[in-house]
Amino acid sequence: MEYLSIFVKGIFIENMIFAYFLGMCSYLAVSKTVKTANGLGLAVIFVLGITVPINYLLENYVLKEGALAWIDPAYAAVDLSFLSFIMFIAVIASMVQLVEMIVEKFAPALYGALGIFLPLIAVNCSILGGALFMQDRQYPSIGEATVFGLGSGVGWWLAIVAIAAIREKIRYSHVPAPLKGLGITFIITGLMGIAFMSFMGIEI
Amino acid sequence: MSTETAAATAKKESLFSKQNKKLLTDPLDDSNPITVQVLGICSALAITVQLQQAVIMSLSVLFVMIGGNVIVSLLRNMIPDRIRIIVQLVVVASLVIIVDQVLKAFQPEISEKLSVFVGLIITNCIIMGRLEAFALGNKPGPSFLDAIGNAMGYAWILLVVSIVREVFGSGAISLPGMGQVKFLPTSWFMSEGGFYENNNLMILPPMALITVGIIIWIQRSRNQALIEEN
Repeated sequence: MEYLSIFVKGIFIENMIFAYFLGMCSYLAVSKTVKTANGLGLAVIFVLGITVPINYLLENYVLKEGALAWIDPAYAAVDLSFLSFIMFIAVIASMVQLVEMIVEKFAPALYGALGIFLPLIAVNCSILGGALFMQDRQYPSIGEATVFGLGSGVGWWLAIVAIAAIREKIRYSHVPAPLKGLGITFIITGLMGIAFMSFMGIEI
Repeated sequence: MSTETAAATAKKESLFSKQNKKLLTDPLDDSNPITVQVLGICSALAITVQLQQAVIMSLSVLFVMIGGNVIVSLLRNMIPDRIRIIVQLVVVASLVIIVDQVLKAFQPEISEKLSVFVGLIITNCIIMGRLEAFALGNKPGPSFLDAIGNAMGYAWILLVVSIVREVFGSGAISLPGMGQVKFLPTSWFMSEGGFYENNNLMILPPMALITVGIIIWIQRSRNQALIEEN
């Protein structure tokens, strides 16, 4: 039950886009067609699902105060948490490189469609944000951390696919000229955020 | 002798030449990082509930941008092309660690409120975007100006959004070190039996998006060249 609760919370209540605005840059840039949005969304789920547990292990066995005690009790006083930003980003950058190589090998069409945005997942705030929220909330086990990563990834995917579908349709509407493109996308995202707030307070 | 001084003044003047002035002023409007280049949106939206957070965030971004742009520009001939992203991330992450530690030491309350968003300056696309697009190909001087210009372009949007949200959402304005100052007498608020009620929707996340949307609307109706095709 605990797992389901974290998963659903990650998708609807603490949605990366609507509640924390993480990963907005690629959300706005790649949401012109559903197909590419879907690809990027899946890549984010995948990368979040891998990097959050790895960073969890890093946090709990290397960086946290007293985390090094498993090597030798003498290290129990060592607190390396000031290094966490740099360690997390290094893990993320190398995992993204790996994902890029895998996608290039096994799904060249997807690789062509995502273009320059795959390397940019490294600087997609939702990935580092996932790691930092994991650190902030101190999940009790690696299972919960993984489920949290997957849940927020699915939430991000849902948001980008939904906005891409709306943007495909809105091309046929009469939007005031200065609002075309970026402006109307911001306002629609705001309205979607208000809609998502109705999930607030749900407990499973 | 005279030619030497002339050359020296010319060199000095070139720092304030038209081209360099453009580097400073362009990001304020024509190529604003948030409303035109669409970079660095995440943090711009998340920490604009109060003005004091926005001020601290803008200063942090200004520091990291100047540091990052100048350092990467100094190193630009030494960085191998294939690992440049990692090198940039390491430079930026080190600067952000400095900012984070300073904030924790001197502004612990604000640091608590900004929570993960200080760390997220690392992945703020403005910084990576400018490093990639400008600092890697230019000398430290212009890179320094470019950093200031873009950080300012980022800052003014942040400040406007946070002022709008705080004034309508909390009926107050706050600056670092001064706390929140309310404009209206407390007896006017509905909770004290008055007639005025704050618009709590403004404090919630979706209104940040809508406020930025409206800023874009105003900016593009004044500057028609920025209007997109569809």
